[in-house]
Amino acid sequence: MTSALGLPLRRPSVLPGFGLALGFTLVYLGLVVLVPLAALVLKTAGLGWAGFWALATDPRTLSALRLSFGTALAAAAINLVFGLLVAWVLVRYDFPGRRLVDAMIDLPFALPTAVAGIALASLYAPNGPIGALAAMAGLRIAFTPLGIVVALTFVSLPFVVRTIQPVLEEIDRELEEAAATLGAGRLATLRRVILPTLVPAMLTGFALALARAVGEYGSVIFIAGNIPYVSEIAPLLIVIRLEEFHYQAATALACDMLAVSFALLLAINLVQAWSRGRFGHV
Amino acid sequence: MSDVALAAGGAVRPVTTETRAVRRALVAAAVVFLALFLVLPLAAVFAEAFRAGLAGYLAAIREPDALAAIRLTLLVAAIACPANLVFGLAAAWAVAKFEFRGKSLLVTLIDLPFSISPVISGLVYVLLFGAQGLLGPWLKAHGIEIIFAVPGIVLATIFVTLPFVARELIPLMQEQGSGDEEAALSLGAGGWKVFFLVTLPNVKWALLYGVLLCNARAMGEFGAVSVVSGHIRSLTNTMPLQVEILYNEYNFAAAFAVASLLAGLALVTLVLKSVLEWRYGHALSAAGRH
Repeated sequence: MTSALGLPLRRPSVLPGFGLALGFTLVYLGLVVLVPLAALVLKTAGLGWAGFWALATDPRTLSALRLSFGTALAAAAINLVFGLLVAWVLVRYDFPGRRLVDAMIDLPFALPTAVAGIALASLYAPNGPIGALAAMAGLRIAFTPLGIVVALTFVSLPFVVRTIQPVLEEIDRELEEAAATLGAGRLATLRRVILPTLVPAMLTGFALALARAVGEYGSVIFIAGNIPYVSEIAPLLIVIRLEEFHYQAATALACDMLAVSFALLLAINLVQAWSRGRFGHV
Repeated sequence: MSDVALAAGGAVRPVTTETRAVRRALVAAAVVFLALFLVLPLAAVFAEAFRAGLAGYLAAIREPDALAAIRLTLLVAAIACPANLVFGLAAAWAVAKFEFRGKSLLVTLIDLPFSISPVISGLVYVLLFGAQGLLGPWLKAHGIEIIFAVPGIVLATIFVTLPFVARELIPLMQEQGSGDEEAALSLGAGGWKVFFLVTLPNVKWALLYGVLLCNARAMGEFGAVSVVSGHIRSLTNTMPLQVEILYNEYNFAAAFAVASLLAGLALVTLVLKSVLEWRYGHALSAAGRH
């Protein structure tokens, strides 16, 4: 089997079932994912450039996008710091309940977002236990952008921990011993030997957390208060536009967000390619 | 390994760790962060659910709308999980056992649903099958309902859970190579026999792991399903949507009662997942060991 360029389309193999497996994969993927996504692109193309631009730069849309990005960046940054801390503690130190803590990290993946949403709303509302404490300090968390950051921190918590953990486990302790025998203090070793090897994993984890947080819907809508121009996130605005049967506006906003998701996906792949080239691992 | 030690003020400690005080402070900081962000919300679900007592809890769950939501959620997961299991096996067989052009693009496309907002995953089906959608008029003429009906919910769920099984199987089957299958073929086994007697037993724990995660997401999906469901009580409400409706009606006790069932599902998933990781970690892919 050769293509027009003379490159083999596939390397010969004695195993059977290539045609069936790949055929089924492509048909299924096409019907479930690619054709529906193509419908989105077609609908957007139908708006025309001027129509798309007017909808994509509508002030309420821009405000929702800014809020979604700002809060997602804040949540990813919080998780970068605490994710590094949690991964470090789990890999390097032995303490009672370590395995339980390790298993709990994946809770945000397993807990449905709507459940997380109402739980966080009840905790952080002004009459909830944490909300009441914050209110005494003069701080409102629920129904403000701060509440959105709390929800996004919850849902994107596992990403940084789970990308740093395996890399940290692979680091050879002999490197640290070598650094120490050459006169480096512990802090210098951490900063100049360990941290640089973790940078690709930290970047990947940060980007994954950001990508998840930008698109998150279920956990946010209960705690956000959903006030237009103040605490209305982009995915919610898509839902609102759909409920108003304003499909064009929903489509344009979805296209904005898809472009961002693809940019993040590309960034993650670039970081991983760079890391493979430089460190031999992701 | 870490027998190199520095004498610091008389006490000897390995150079590759921190002082005890620093270690304790870091562990404490991590545990407090996780307790505040993970454990507290989970505890809040159960505390709120049982606020009205056991009788109130049971009454909320036996509510006909709640029962209908539970049935629909089970139905949707019972369709989406097997569908994505077959897809995952086919995709992993093609990607891991053969070399062909465009393979990395295919792997990226399989992961695509994870990087798309769940709301958009629902929206694309509305744009395709909805009343104003591309196929809407044709579907209406033929009396087929997809959006605001069960087929739409199933499709949206399949979309968001599509990668789970495939992304567990692909790295594992790539690690395992094709040696076993080639040996079986050379001994005279047919293609399907090789698949069922050699490949499938080699990947069974990873398959179970993928299905477990797929099921948790299928039962808990909210955003995508919310867009296509239309929120018709006892017809198109899954459990997460029922939680939302009850919560927005200020029926908090009932909302948290239904939510506690989903939280219980999440805990069972975590326990089974951990058991698989601890007992069969060697039989999962490197990516699945955490």
